[in-house]
Amino acid sequence: MGLTAQSTGSGALKNDLQPRAFGPGELVVALAGNPNTGKSTVFNSLTGLRQHTGNWPGKTVAGARGKYQFRGKNFILVDLPGTYSLLAHSVEEEVARDFICFGGAGVTVVVTDATCLERNLNLVLQILEITPRVVVCVNLMDEAARKKIGIDLDGLGAVLGVPVVGTNAREGRGLVELKEAVFRIAVGLEQPQPFPVIYEPAVEEAVRLLAGPAGEVLKHRVSGRWLALRLLENDKGIVHSLEGHLGVDLSRDPVLNILLEKAARKLGSNVQDVIATAVVRRAEEIAAKVVCPENRPLSRSDRGIDDLVTSRRWGVPIMVAMLGVVFWITISGSNYPSKMLAAVFFRVEGWLTALFAAAGWPGWLHGLLVLGVYRTLARVVSVMLPPMAIFFPLFTLLEDLGYLPRVAFNLDNLFKKARAHGKQALTMCMGFGCNAAGVISCRIINSPRERLIAVITNNFVPCNGRFPILITLSAIFIGGAAGGFHSLAAAAAVLGTVIFGVLITLGVSRLLSATILKGLTSSFILEMPPYRKPQVGRVLVRSLLDRTLFVLGRAVVVAAPAGLAIWLMANIQAGGMSLLDHGAVFLQPFAGRIGLDGYILMAFILGLPANEIVIPILIMSYLSGGAMLEPESLEDLRRLFAANGWTGLTAVCAMLFTLNHFPCGTTLFTIRRETQSAKWTLVSFLLPTLTGITVCFIVAQAARLLGLV
Amino acid sequence: MEGALIPLNRLAIGKLGRVKYLTALGEAKRRMLDLGLVADTPVEALRKSLSGDPTAYRIRGAVIALRSEEASKILVEID
Repeated sequence: MGLTAQSTGSGALKNDLQPRAFGPGELVVALAGNPNTGKSTVFNSLTGLRQHTGNWPGKTVAGARGKYQFRGKNFILVDLPGTYSLLAHSVEEEVARDFICFGGAGVTVVVTDATCLERNLNLVLQILEITPRVVVCVNLMDEAARKKIGIDLDGLGAVLGVPVVGTNAREGRGLVELKEAVFRIAVGLEQPQPFPVIYEPAVEEAVRLLAGPAGEVLKHRVSGRWLALRLLENDKGIVHSLEGHLGVDLSRDPVLNILLEKAARKLGSNVQDVIATAVVRRAEEIAAKVVCPENRPLSRSDRGIDDLVTSRRWGVPIMVAMLGVVFWITISGSNYPSKMLAAVFFRVEGWLTALFAAAGWPGWLHGLLVLGVYRTLARVVSVMLPPMAIFFPLFTLLEDLGYLPRVAFNLDNLFKKARAHGKQALTMCMGFGCNAAGVISCRIINSPRERLIAVITNNFVPCNGRFPILITLSAIFIGGAAGGFHSLAAAAAVLGTVIFGVLITLGVSRLLSATILKGLTSSFILEMPPYRKPQVGRVLVRSLLDRTLFVLGRAVVVAAPAGLAIWLMANIQAGGMSLLDHGAVFLQPFAGRIGLDGYILMAFILGLPANEIVIPILIMSYLSGGAMLEPESLEDLRRLFAANGWTGLTAVCAMLFTLNHFPCGTTLFTIRRETQSAKWTLVSFLLPTLTGITVCFIVAQAARLLGLV
Repeated sequence: MEGALIPLNRLAIGKLGRVKYLTALGEAKRRMLDLGLVADTPVEALRKSLSGDPTAYRIRGAVIALRSEEASKILVEID
């Protein structure tokens, strides 16, 4: 099980940013920048919201593309992953670097954060070594002004030698100027001449010797000076990329190699330090000239909030409480719209049935399309849409606020003990919304080994598709006993299940680290950005468009054929029993041992395409009605389940099995895509399933031994 | 203790140190350099996580959390 880039999903990321054929007359603009600089906001403001799909936590991980028009020209904007540098070898950095080098961008816009410009200049200076066709966008000017930081934009342009534009992308300020600057470079009206970072004489001497031949070998498609510096640093990654993108194998060039060897011997082993230090010093120098005041203290309110949310006493309680509140709002808030949607769908079903009758179409067709496909779709949409439309915006709000990195900070030690990555806490949080989204978000973890652990274990937190099962069961068997505090007790039970899921995640991560994914933890560097006032309007639109509809769309695509198959299974008779019954009878002996029954297990298996159809299948099987039915009330449901032999133990085991079983079809498909490996997809399927069977078996057998049931 | 070199993970909370030397190698070192941790960069230890690790540091205006393994490879001089 090799951990090559191919087998662990960086391949998928690379595919996203392959320079595709751009249309004639389209001008390609790359958008680079550090994380947390508002790069995505700049992207959205330039291209309009509709262009942006798939904004998962932390960073823009897939290269989003958008279009805009300016002065009669068509611009294609490519959003590169947010990085601090282009010199390390994470997938993001290589992708960003390769796109700037070989992606065919006419202009590169580097978005920087006005509130910490010095740090951002590091990336600016690195990019200027690759290409002179750069516009520096100093974003968050309003925030800088609020913090009383002044920036001399003209002065910055003068010392860098490229156009500099100040923006406040949230309010759309400075964007026209930005487009104008990009336009002028793109059409050749302006040819910037940036001032290079000057290194110490020995390095400059070596660069002078190497730059000519290096540029020659590559036929001047890449800056010779930049390449010379990378070669002196012994950067193997760039040699590899050159071979891949330009088909040039530098190691076969004898002249270059002799020169390089000579230079390397002269310079000694600390070239990397010398070069990096020179860039950082240059950034310091520039900042000293153009930023006033240079050093500002950390915001006192940020410190105060951090003191609280990461404190020993309150850190964990606040985290759990926030999660609980989010669940509670989701549970109690989605109930009503869910019912409304169901009512609407039910009415439409009536019309459809009338239509079928009026047209004289056969009953089996009505059954197949209306009772099978339509009802399944209706159920999935009405159950899934409201909680997602509430949960995703709430989650995005926490994300926008800057709280999630603090969660990762709080939980890191647990993940470290499990030999996993601290950022797995973030991907896990995303899994609460949708495991497929959680799996995609694992791209923020650089180490292949730790990314795989995060991908495989993502399914141990329940997604929005499984929450309804947990909620329904806990409402019937736990909330039912709690009288007036129904939704609170149910929320508490769900919260408990979730915490159990987190513990399993940690345990399984540790197990994987000790067995098939052995290895040391990679370095963990987590930035805790300043708290920012969330943009509520944008959060709503973005989370609805990007996340809710995206996830729902995929669920609908799988649920439609599933509805068809389930209706057939419930209606095709063989030997006096439906296929569904046959399946349940076959599964009964095994299901009984793990505290379930044949129908429950069958429902989970048939619910593979989308978990939200598990309960409807179950109801359909118990009623043998041949089509999904919606029981009138929770009390009806309780009576129905009890009549079919359900006890408290059955409910507990069903909830545990909901938490721990194979991922849904969409998630499996996503895992396959992200890992590019059937093997790891199989592991992701088996591991939660075996965990679920084991946990349920232990609970069921223990309860029976102790005579609890 | 003034002028003594200690690994960053032993810098007390609230104290300032100046980076003198990185003992990390390869990628880990690259990442530290990318954070701007070159010689003489001031670093302030801000807070420890619940269980004492990782620790958040103030580095060039940003708040960065490092696990003790990483921080131990950054030698600082106490200011």
